[in-house]
Amino acid sequence: MLFELDHLTYRYEGVTAVDDLSLAIPEGSRVALLGANGSGKSTLLRLLDGLLFGQSGAVWFRGEELSEEHLADDAFAFPFRRMVQMVFQNPDVQLFNPTVFDEVAFGPLQMRWPKNEIRERTGEILDRLRIAHLKDRVPHRLSGGEKKRVALASVLVLDPAVLLLDEPTASLDPRSQSELIDLLVEWGGGAKSVITATHDLGDLGDIADMCFVLDGGRLVAEGRPDDILGNQELLQRTNLVHAHRHRHGPGGLHSHPHLHGGSG
Amino acid sequence: MSGVHPHKRRGLIENTLEGLHAAMERALYAEVSASRGGLLQRLDPRVKVAGLFSLVLAVALATKLWLIAAVLALAVVLACVSAIPLRVLASRAWIAALLFSGIIAAPALFLTPGTSLYGLPITMQGARTAGFLVLRAETAATLMLVLIYTTRWTHVLKALRIFRVPVVVVVILGMTCRYILLMLETAHEMFESRKSRTVNAMTPAEQRRLAVAGSGVLLGKTLHLSGEVYLAMQARGFRGEVFLLEDFQMGKLDWLALGAFAVLASASIWAGR
Repeated sequence: MLFELDHLTYRYEGVTAVDDLSLAIPEGSRVALLGANGSGKSTLLRLLDGLLFGQSGAVWFRGEELSEEHLADDAFAFPFRRMVQMVFQNPDVQLFNPTVFDEVAFGPLQMRWPKNEIRERTGEILDRLRIAHLKDRVPHRLSGGEKKRVALASVLVLDPAVLLLDEPTASLDPRSQSELIDLLVEWGGGAKSVITATHDLGDLGDIADMCFVLDGGRLVAEGRPDDILGNQELLQRTNLVHAHRHRHGPGGLHSHPHLHGGSG
Repeated sequence: MSGVHPHKRRGLIENTLEGLHAAMERALYAEVSASRGGLLQRLDPRVKVAGLFSLVLAVALATKLWLIAAVLALAVVLACVSAIPLRVLASRAWIAALLFSGIIAAPALFLTPGTSLYGLPITMQGARTAGFLVLRAETAATLMLVLIYTTRWTHVLKALRIFRVPVVVVVILGMTCRYILLMLETAHEMFESRKSRTVNAMTPAEQRRLAVAGSGVLLGKTLHLSGEVYLAMQARGFRGEVFLLEDFQMGKLDWLALGAFAVLASASIWAGR
């Protein structure tokens, strides 16, 4: 198994964000963590990335426990950080270097790759994401879509085996959303693991072959995208769909369940 | 049309937005200035860190006013040959240093016992003590501004690590820089959003309430964002050490400059005893 969670609980400031959660994520799978705002998706991604640690229970990565002590050990931390990378929901928090080139080169520098290889690999990934023309720009002055691409480039440059994505298409225009989804689908030729936290059901079939539905930090359902999308009662109960009033052509107003975001 | 005032006075929000915009420009100015082709910009960051800090040390140890003034003059010359305009020094170092050190030094003018100066209620000894404090602060601020405006921030941090400054100090410095930028950006967004919802001019009481409430929210939001930035850095393998693509390399000019700094700092310490 890639990740195993064993009765994991995480609380902050009196709020239980992840509540007695147990689940298993196989190697090479494309997983969607579904849930409305505040369901614990982002916290779960941080727990999987070894950035937060639960008050009880455990997270296991390829059979090794993700604990604070374990991640303090370079022999475990370096390969783990090389293999598992995360794209945060707000790209601003991920952009802290003076230029886009420095930003993308930051991860490989921490991994102490040879400098020639870093320059070469950084140039390649900038070209691949079509942001080479931004390389000397100050990251926090870019547009939202450009920031998201730079944030993605800054983790893809490490060619991680596992990609954790927190609402990757949030605040992107439809074209940028579509391009990002295409890139993620093509990335690694399907051999990598991608875990995406989202409440956007529009592209679910493209980004996942397995879904976990969270509500109030608890796992309430798991299954294939088609099974989850077909369960209207579950989607309404977990606030992933809502009755939406709108017009079709010249006719009157009517309402039906409506998927959040994307093509829903 | 009674509610429309074509020449309405600028309010707190407009002034704050303008101030925040100017502050963000200032924050970015250092990176631009560090890329210019001045004398200090051409030097190895280690030489600048070692040289300018040693001059600060000489100023701190000096017991002669003329010597501190001479080092200040040297700092101004270094700024001029490094394409840093005097107005930048004046607005970003001298005025701030004068205000902060002046407030601390002012009581010494009146409270230090000694000979009255030109019949005024201040003493010669008090003026000398205050002069030392203000001049030292002005000189140190100028030297540090020259360092920051001629060296990329990441290079300063790496140079500090080379001189064995503890990781925790370098991380705090790095995060402080990012924290300030985040705070400015967050404040800018908050005040823009407030401006878009404000039609009538606010009363002074409303302006005070906005300032107080805004400060609290801003602090909370910025702390949260800074925490997230640190997590994002950790996620990409950051362990506190500073790594750069560029290798620091000492050339002839660097060795020459290092020698000059060593001679100047040693001479200043010796002469200022």
